[in-house]
Amino acid sequence: MTAHPDARADARAGTPEAHPDTPPTVRLTARDLTLRYGDRVVSTRLNLDIPDGAFTAVVGPNGCGKSTLLRAFVRLLRPDSGHVGFDGRDVGDYPAKALARQLGFLPQDPLAPEDIRVRQLVRRGRFPHQSLLGLWAPGDEEAVEEAMVAAGVEDLADRLVRELSGGQRQRVWVAMVLAQRTPYLLLDEPTSFLDITHQYQLLALLSELRDRGRTVIAVLHDINQACRFADHMVAVREGRVVAEGVPADIVDAALIKDVFDLPSLIVPDPVTGTPMVVPTLQGDRVEHPPPLPG
Amino acid sequence: MTDLRERPRTPMTRAPRPRRGPRELRLGRLRADLRTVVLTVVLVAIALGLALVGLCFGASWSTPGEVFAVLFGPEHSVVIVEWRLARVTAALVFGAALGVAGAIFQNLTRNPMGSPDVIGLDTGSYTGALFAITVLAGTSGQRALASVVGGLAVAAAIYLLSSKGGFSGLRLVVIGIGVNAMMTAVNSWIVLRAELEVAIAAVGWSAGSLNGVGWHHLWLPFTVLAVLLALLVARAHAMHQTSFGDAIAVTTGVSLKRLRLLMVLIGVGCTATVTAVAGPIAFIALAAPQIGRRLAGAPGVPLLPAALTGAVLLLGADLIAQALLAPVALPVGVVSTAIGGCYLIRLLTREVRRA
Repeated sequence: MTAHPDARADARAGTPEAHPDTPPTVRLTARDLTLRYGDRVVSTRLNLDIPDGAFTAVVGPNGCGKSTLLRAFVRLLRPDSGHVGFDGRDVGDYPAKALARQLGFLPQDPLAPEDIRVRQLVRRGRFPHQSLLGLWAPGDEEAVEEAMVAAGVEDLADRLVRELSGGQRQRVWVAMVLAQRTPYLLLDEPTSFLDITHQYQLLALLSELRDRGRTVIAVLHDINQACRFADHMVAVREGRVVAEGVPADIVDAALIKDVFDLPSLIVPDPVTGTPMVVPTLQGDRVEHPPPLPG
Repeated sequence: MTDLRERPRTPMTRAPRPRRGPRELRLGRLRADLRTVVLTVVLVAIALGLALVGLCFGASWSTPGEVFAVLFGPEHSVVIVEWRLARVTAALVFGAALGVAGAIFQNLTRNPMGSPDVIGLDTGSYTGALFAITVLAGTSGQRALASVVGGLAVAAAIYLLSSKGGFSGLRLVVIGIGVNAMMTAVNSWIVLRAELEVAIAAVGWSAGSLNGVGWHHLWLPFTVLAVLLALLVARAHAMHQTSFGDAIAVTTGVSLKRLRLLMVLIGVGCTATVTAVAGPIAFIALAAPQIGRRLAGAPGVPLLPAALTGAVLLLGADLIAQALLAPVALPVGVVSTAIGGCYLIRLLTREVRRA
């Protein structure tokens, strides 16, 4: 997607903070989407627009269908009815490699072949850009090196992937998806096996990628991380979109109660000012009530 | 995209500077791992050396000088060209085909035990061939076709039995082992029911043998294998992409279902073609890809090392089979089973220890 130099400018203009009045550009949509996982209906007639150029976080309780939704976006799951559209065309109608040049996806637990080294793994991200025989195109090497630098794994390039720590390995996978050079990045719980430092590093990296014009869509477990990093939040419960919008606009105690069934207090994050969810459990006494707005 | 190198980055935990990684040879747009290239050269040299031994070896030994005079010079020798050269070439080509078939199925199942000889494709092909011999006229064309049909039927049965609740390599292997045992029983039954002469011929061939193979047996299988391998070369890159699991394979642009079907057809085709001519030669397909993988130090199960290792293994096993009780020539399958059996035991004990 390097062919659209204007797309990025449009994308930035479309993010909610930039111009609150203009509706965001939308390239990826779900229309009347009914998804089924085995015998279980995961979502019924779901509609969703993903704002272009923004960081969208999908949040919701375990088993609410957020990962399934992401898998439907990247064609890993065929919808029962309805469709997922990209640039107005059903994703199912794209040739496999053409779609893979638009949407990059990082699953929750990807498999690495035995004895593969970091650079070899990152190179496989170039697959959708390569010919039948997998010959190297001129831009491949540059894309691979750039992806490794961006994900901070260039020093690990010659190491065996199985010898790396969980945090390093996750960054290697991110590098692979980056080497794919897709305008859209979809990540299924990318922070789940990482310690807190690596979680924030990864989220900072994703925001940076967003700043450089990529559209990021991530399923996130931690609602506070979602509030802090996302421009656009989609709250899902039982396969329905309960609320979507800028986190500061939509996150309140009622929403958290509705989506997670958790009583809570919403306070401004002391660092960023974004909403911060503090659960209040039975028997808790609120020692420091939040300052009233205004 | 702008240059990402210029931006200040959050400090990451620095890993110690790694030792130099694998080196590469570059030829235009072609990249090759140096170790694989060296391995290829070495294996080709070993194969040629063994081939020379195979051409010299026989009831009466020829000197290498005599062999070269026949191959490249004016001399004529029916023994060397019609018998020994045909047999040596068959061993190399069939060994490579079995190695490739093993690599395909080990890639598909993501399991070192998922090779056609373990999951019953050899045995199924042999059932087809036995059917052609005992019921039909048993011409080489019928045998080849019936082998392919038998192999495909077994592959389809295993796939259907194991695909409930999603594709799983391990389940496929376990069910394949069961199917293999059943097809072995079916084969014994067919042989027992056959007329005595047919039964004797079939049994002599049941271990997998290159005894008595001549050029007239080979042109059809070689043509079929050439077509299958050409198809495979075109799809090898995509096949290796599947080693990252279905999700990444699909989202990087592999048409997974179509690719899997094609791979199964090529793998069964290779196995059945060899079986139709030489019977079910066991364990080459199991051992060659894994030995090749370790020698190459490459990720996944690479095809070229598997093919070359298979060629060397089968030719080596055939030479041992001829020499061991000379002048009686054993079926090569006896030797390959003895070698491969040891390997399988090692593999199993390691898997058990890991589990």
